Amino acid sequence: MSETQTTDTSRVAVILARYPRRDPGDLVNILHDLQAELRYLTEPAMQDAASYLGLSPAQVYGVATFYHGFHTEPRGEHTCTVCMGTACHVRGAPRLLEQLERDAGVPAGGTTPDLSLTVEEVSCVGACALGPLVLVDGEYHGHMTGERLSRLVNELLDEERPA
Amino acid sequence: MSGRLADPRALSRQREALAAAREARPRVVAVCGGTGCRAQGAMKVFEALRAEVGAHGADHTVGMRATGCHGFCERGPLVKLLPEGILYQHVQITDAAEIVERTLLRGELVERLLYEDPVTGERYHREDDIAFYRHQQRIVLRDTGQLDPTSIDDYVAAGGYSALARALEMGPEAVLEEVKRSGLRGRGGAGFPAGRKWEACRNAPGDLKYVVCNADEGDPGAFMDRSILEGNPHCVIEGMAIGALAMEAREGYVYVRQEYPLAVEHLTVALEQARERGLLGDAILGSGLSFDIHVSRGGGAFVCGEASAMMASLEGRRGVPHRRLIHLSEHGLWGRPTNVNNVESWANIPHILLNGAEWFRAIGAEGSTGTKIFSLVGMVNNTGLVEAPMGMTLRQIIFDVGEGIPDGKAFKAVQTGGPSGGCLPADKLDVPVDFDTLVAEGSMMGSGGMIVMDEETCMVDVAKYFLRFLASESCGNCTSCRDGLTCLHDLLGDVTEGRGTRETIALIEELAETVQATSLCALGTSAVNPVLSTLHYFREEYLAHVDDKRCPAGVCKALIGFSIDAERCNGCTLCAVRCPQDAVAGEKKQPHTITQELCIKCGICKDVCNRDAVLVQ
Repeated sequence: MSETQTTDTSRVAVILARYPRRDPGDLVNILHDLQAELRYLTEPAMQDAASYLGLSPAQVYGVATFYHGFHTEPRGEHTCTVCMGTACHVRGAPRLLEQLERDAGVPAGGTTPDLSLTVEEVSCVGACALGPLVLVDGEYHGHMTGERLSRLVNELLDEERPA
Repeated sequence: MSGRLADPRALSRQREALAAAREARPRVVAVCGGTGCRAQGAMKVFEALRAEVGAHGADHTVGMRATGCHGFCERGPLVKLLPEGILYQHVQITDAAEIVERTLLRGELVERLLYEDPVTGERYHREDDIAFYRHQQRIVLRDTGQLDPTSIDDYVAAGGYSALARALEMGPEAVLEEVKRSGLRGRGGAGFPAGRKWEACRNAPGDLKYVVCNADEGDPGAFMDRSILEGNPHCVIEGMAIGALAMEAREGYVYVRQEYPLAVEHLTVALEQARERGLLGDAILGSGLSFDIHVSRGGGAFVCGEASAMMASLEGRRGVPHRRLIHLSEHGLWGRPTNVNNVESWANIPHILLNGAEWFRAIGAEGSTGTKIFSLVGMVNNTGLVEAPMGMTLRQIIFDVGEGIPDGKAFKAVQTGGPSGGCLPADKLDVPVDFDTLVAEGSMMGSGGMIVMDEETCMVDVAKYFLRFLASESCGNCTSCRDGLTCLHDLLGDVTEGRGTRETIALIEELAETVQATSLCALGTSAVNPVLSTLHYFREEYLAHVDDKRCPAGVCKALIGFSIDAERCNGCTLCAVRCPQDAVAGEKKQPHTITQELCIKCGICKDVCNRDAVLVQ
């Protein structure tokens, strides 16, 4: 077993130990914690969660792929999320998303090949009065314009790429 | 102050002591710490103000508070100075010194930070004088802009948990009667009478029962539940504890969206504090009531707002709804009697218990008692959270509270009720907003989202937007919702992309009615509302798309073209520089032109033009 895998296994074990009741009802909470730690849900992590809760791996995978909040593919170092809520929509969010996709060179849901940036959309983050809204690594940027978005994205991409 | 409160008398003694301490130091700088203001840098402003207050040695006389949402998100970061109620808006770190030196120490106003009425141009310094607040009636939201949500002392000092003490004194039957008589209807969507639901759960056989708070606020464009949980989590906890008493439940769950991290954080802190005070746990306030609440984070699925799907999710399964042959009040979470109410409904309960059912019934409209919180967003001047008595008209909310449409544009429609609601046109502006009238007009209350659309919003595009959302949120369990919504979305795509005919519209109507009649849960049966309501009220706009291949609002890309008005263009080159396609050509200081073959209709040229010279046709 490689060193990264060992570290991952122990990180997973630490998270699982927060749920001593081993209640299958905690599965969604556990998957959230695992994803926060590992950036995405790896297969070994899901398998560990399954055996810890006494569920089949298929049940855990089924839950992980049902909810929009979970990812089973590797994610970028940074995430740029365009809110596509109704209030943001009528204030031009679709055009911001198109521009972001052009700037990053990947469609929504995709990650740049160098794993520096994941582009995604979210249905609504409930900050509707600030629309259109973009989140960079979970931080809210309201009243977004195309120009500001381009600057933000280029900063993220430059930071990751050696000069 | 901490430690368990032995009985209701200990609670009232604590309240008196805390309130007296606050009265002795009434000066408070209340910075809005809601998600909206935080996104605009409110916490940095808070720190800057605190440092300035400290630097002037005023930290013993002035209290600093990061509160919940003040509601007027458009104008954030907001800073309120108590006890005067002076409201400063768009406050930046650089303003901190001036606010402390001039207003706090010398009692002068900082004019430029005051709200300026966009209609009259007048400046106001008190929150209550501003049109946005003046027309509201804030009951549930009253405290969110005043209290520090992470301080149980603030909540207790303002009378918090005294409704629970009163409920314990009244006993379960009397509490249930009070809630029934109040006429409170569920604020989450369907508007079912809360008291009747409580009664069914109370009467259901079984000694293990659950109360659940639905904080899976999935409607895009609605954020009142987030603001309540972030800004005043204790009022939800208190409401649930009162419900637990009435229904004899011992355990509760708050099912909250993962997309609301601050709400999860504040709720978790509040639960811990309530347990320490003996307001949750065994023998609450020395009574026979034992009750505790767990937090369960949602996974991001709109369908989980449907109660049976939420039960599945709480049990750690895929959030797929079930055909409900037996009511949840008898067979809910893990097969036990369960009562689900949403955040705003629970938050109303303490007010009903303290002030009485008659007081509550006197507010609002016949059949829809009390107030309702709306998130007034979209193309409206004053965006934010609005709490108004039921029965106010759409016009009052959009034009009195919201002060109309920005940039002098015309009002076109208001979308109420979230993705399952409908769009109402200008001639419905005088409709009173209550549960039953909105349904009669082809929309619904839903959770209170109110998205205002102006003349540049295409109603076909809006219908397609909702269909795209709902098709992707369909759980896939039943065919008519899973496939029907996808087909409807594709058909609307035909209309917006110029392939549609009158037959397409007839097919859309037929399919929509089929999906409505045959879907398993409310997600499917109501998913077609945006299509049917826009077809009903904005049929001309659909016809323009199919007959003339024209999008009157200038939104649908396949049907529009960009050009530059040579009269207005001064050749500043801004659009040429920003065009990602190099489709704009022209000499400096000469009118520019757009090469149609290269143009991808991204609209950047129109956004950057300072002279309104880019035309859309």
